Amino acid sequence: MDLSVNLGGIKLDNPVIPASGTFGYGLEFAELYDINILGSFSIKGTTLEPRFGNPLPRIAETPSGMLNSVGLQNPGAEAVVKEYFPRLKKVYRKKVFANVGGHDEESYVAAAEILSKEDIVCAVELNISCPNVKAGGMAFGTDPDKAAAITAAVKKVCRKPLFVKLSPNVTSVKDIALKVVDAGADGITLINTLLGMAVDWKTGRAITAVPHAGLSGAAVKPVALRMVHEVASAVSVPVIGMGGIESAKDVLEFMSVGASAVMVGSKNLTDPFICKKIIEDLPAVLSEAGVQDIKSVIGRTDRCAK
Amino acid sequence: MIKDVIYTISSNLQLNSSVFEMRLDGDTAPLNKSGQFIDIALSGKYLRRPISVCDYDENGLTIIYKVVGEGTKQMSNMQKGEKLSALCALGNGFDDSVTAKKIALVGGGVGLPPLYGLAKRLKSQGKNITVLAGFNTAADMYYINEFSSLAPTRVATADGSAGTKGFVTALMDEGEFDYFYACGPEPMLNALLKTGLDGQLSYEARMACGFGVCMGCSCKTKLGAKRICKDGPVMTAKEMR
Repeated sequence: MDLSVNLGGIKLDNPVIPASGTFGYGLEFAELYDINILGSFSIKGTTLEPRFGNPLPRIAETPSGMLNSVGLQNPGAEAVVKEYFPRLKKVYRKKVFANVGGHDEESYVAAAEILSKEDIVCAVELNISCPNVKAGGMAFGTDPDKAAAITAAVKKVCRKPLFVKLSPNVTSVKDIALKVVDAGADGITLINTLLGMAVDWKTGRAITAVPHAGLSGAAVKPVALRMVHEVASAVSVPVIGMGGIESAKDVLEFMSVGASAVMVGSKNLTDPFICKKIIEDLPAVLSEAGVQDIKSVIGRTDRCAK
Repeated sequence: MIKDVIYTISSNLQLNSSVFEMRLDGDTAPLNKSGQFIDIALSGKYLRRPISVCDYDENGLTIIYKVVGEGTKQMSNMQKGEKLSALCALGNGFDDSVTAKKIALVGGGVGLPPLYGLAKRLKSQGKNITVLAGFNTAADMYYINEFSSLAPTRVATADGSAGTKGFVTALMDEGEFDYFYACGPEPMLNALLKTGLDGQLSYEARMACGFGVCMGCSCKTKLGAKRICKDGPVMTAKEMR
């Protein structure tokens, strides 16, 4: 069955893309299965300079999900280009989404410029929604004007289609989406993690060293579906949906509310073979839903309503 | 190599008020060193539980775990014959090829288990090993007979209710050992680093994936940032000092 999708000119064999921060730079997963079966994947959020990230503990378990406060640990854009991409190319012949982080406009622009030049990069995913960094990150993604300004600045230097990854920690995700599309975004990905917290009832201490951390996993799926629906209904650019996806059925749900492709995040951490399973399951699940062409699933929720 | 293995519980014995020994039958081919760990999936729990392998052979493996929360409580209630999914094998493990005259195996509390398989290996290589086991109190002790059957074993308890009173480091005479392998709470590992002795230390941390992608368990070392799950859990004293 043809599972291919087209994201405004970026053609993927299937809509399954491991999400940034849950797939490293692909190398660990390449030891587990042939990662060329993926539609693509989004690299670990990469900044201009190397970052160690936040103090430990950075992880907490929650009902049907988890919190992380990693804080964009990464080796920096130059090291990714010089050390990680050459190793990745030995095991992966497709292209990646380059997830770019930063702490101010200049650092976002510089990192996006470096990464978007690379052949292996098919698109830049601008991370203006990381809740775990003090400066930048979510601060840009929760202010419509700042989000638009940084999108416009990165768009000027970005040599590949620019997707902007949105934060769910806002009053109106639709307003931010409209602003960044207006500022030149070629696509939207959402949702990043929801700000949350876990506390030890015995001691009263927060579990993570940085008390407020990003919630992900199955727990966020209903929120993610609602936000993807809101945004996909409002914008004309491709939307990649994510938030708690764990199965081929979940993929159909996200595509139904308007996503052209999906990202699978936290589930990669608890079942490293999940993306392989989802891709293998998709044909049967599509048949079960009576669907001939996966592209016909995109946005069908609204068509049902009419 | 990492596999998602379905194991069958062949025994789940209580060793003291909170420590259990679980024997799992199934594929152990991915294991190649002492000090590696498995990551256990539990129904109703989002994250897996990383637990070090105590010992293994071609038919299965043994883990020893302490009930510290809901997940390990759930494990303690599991019965012989039940199935359990675990990623195997994770982490680098202890390098047992080191040549030394007199080796200390230093374990604190539930840090002891991986040293058991290691003690067997080192003994089979004819190496001179001594086990130093530290506990909070006599009631926390377990596996002392098992260790004693392999090597001279000394015990320390923080409250003096068994063995020498004090921390496990009190069991080492100055200049007695020229190498150590250790696993236990971080203050114990830090105390060992301060002795200046060369050795290897196994660390633990809250982790999400267990195989090096989430960056949940990074630590700073002399050689840059390392992931406790993938680059560790065993680190050298040289890189941690």
